Amino acid sequence: MATTRVLARLAATRTAAVRPAVFSRGFASVTDTSARDPISKAAEKIVPDPARTVVPESKTSTVKEPEPSKDAKIKTFHIYRWNPDEPTAKPRMQSYTLDLNKTGPMMLDALIRIKNEIDPTLTFRRSCREGICGSCAMNIDGVNTLACLCRIPTETTKESRIYPLPHMYIVKDLVPDMTNFYKQYRSVKPYLQRTTPSPDGREYRQSKEERKKLDGLYECILCACCSTSCPSYWWNQEEYLGPAVLLQSYRWIADSRDEKKAERQDALNNSMSLYRCHTILNCSRTCPKGLNPALAIAEIKKSMAFT
Amino acid sequence: MASQRVFQLGLRRAVAPGFRVQPVGRMLQRRLAATSGGNEQSASEILAKQRLLRPVSPHLTIYKPQITWYGSGLNRITAVILSGGLYIFGIAYLAAPTLGWHLESPSMIAAVAAWPVWAKVSAKIAVGMPFFYHCLNGLRHLSWDVGVGFNNMTVQRTGWAAVAASAALTLYYAFST
Repeated sequence: MATTRVLARLAATRTAAVRPAVFSRGFASVTDTSARDPISKAAEKIVPDPARTVVPESKTSTVKEPEPSKDAKIKTFHIYRWNPDEPTAKPRMQSYTLDLNKTGPMMLDALIRIKNEIDPTLTFRRSCREGICGSCAMNIDGVNTLACLCRIPTETTKESRIYPLPHMYIVKDLVPDMTNFYKQYRSVKPYLQRTTPSPDGREYRQSKEERKKLDGLYECILCACCSTSCPSYWWNQEEYLGPAVLLQSYRWIADSRDEKKAERQDALNNSMSLYRCHTILNCSRTCPKGLNPALAIAEIKKSMAFT
Repeated sequence: MASQRVFQLGLRRAVAPGFRVQPVGRMLQRRLAATSGGNEQSASEILAKQRLLRPVSPHLTIYKPQITWYGSGLNRITAVILSGGLYIFGIAYLAAPTLGWHLESPSMIAAVAAWPVWAKVSAKIAVGMPFFYHCLNGLRHLSWDVGVGFNNMTVQRTGWAAVAASAALTLYYAFST
């Protein structure tokens, strides 16, 4: 076996002369050698900074459009960056300039173009690019929305700012940790709970009016734009369920086929889960799908008050 | 083994010549980055350490000012001013006889009447603005409690209407004698 290794290595090294390093496909290159250290080692080196204020864009570099044309429409984007490989470094606002003539119309196009052509280290979630997956939810120019549904404002004098969803733990750059959000979603048991079979042994039927109650609820894509726009959710994320999850909870409370309405209501009947909603209404204002989580929460409160 | 493989490759090339000759090295795996093995325990320790250090994304400071959450914040602040003022005055009124203060209506009226106009107006604004805004915004909250007025446009209109009406009422009562 050892001889075969040697032979294989010989065969491998021979090709170096045939194939110059420039043309070969490289592995992910890291210029900063200390970044190759294990994360725990890097973390031990420095005591974390408790303030964690964001370094403003005035103190970071600007990455320019690679080759601007003559009549370029240059727009500046300031994007929140934080790299877990340098865990104690402060998050910073990195600036990028893009020629809007070469960029697609949506914010997601700008992000993808930055990643493809300017800075491959920029990290964000995206999938469907048409507002149905909810992956690219982020805070764009101060408002939570889906990057794929948000047009880039064409006036080039105004600079755009892109942050991750507010008050969430950051995994990297624009990627927030959604573990808690999904756990909360799981806690409302978002599925049909029913023990009695349908009378004719076929599907569970609804009248048109009963089905109509689910309009405006079932369309939710769980992008978490509404939950992370809610100041109540910012301060009580661990206990308050947040608009998105409560809307989902109401989707099952309102469902005529579900038989656990009372249990579902009972689970919400405490001071934190539901009643941290103070009708601030940022949720309905920001929903990229045009839904109304605040109304759903009000309906839950009503249904619990008048039963 | 490897010699066999090289031989096979040569055969394959002879049978089906490709567009470009692929060097043998491409077919073999090369590891350039050094990795060290670790068990599950150490992996989760690394993850836990990393999680301790991750930042929380900015929130209050970067969210766009909107009538929804600014109005709600103002509603809460005015509530604190009103209830705090009530408590302070109530306790002071109870303690007045023992402390020798004169907080009865006639003496207070007399004291305020002696103030200059600007002091009267600003004192009235300081009391009136929280009172009117909280009352008018309270009406919006009552309507929301019965499930009315959740449309986005309605929320914005009523929000600004509450601000405008409370400003108008405050100014009217501040300057009326």
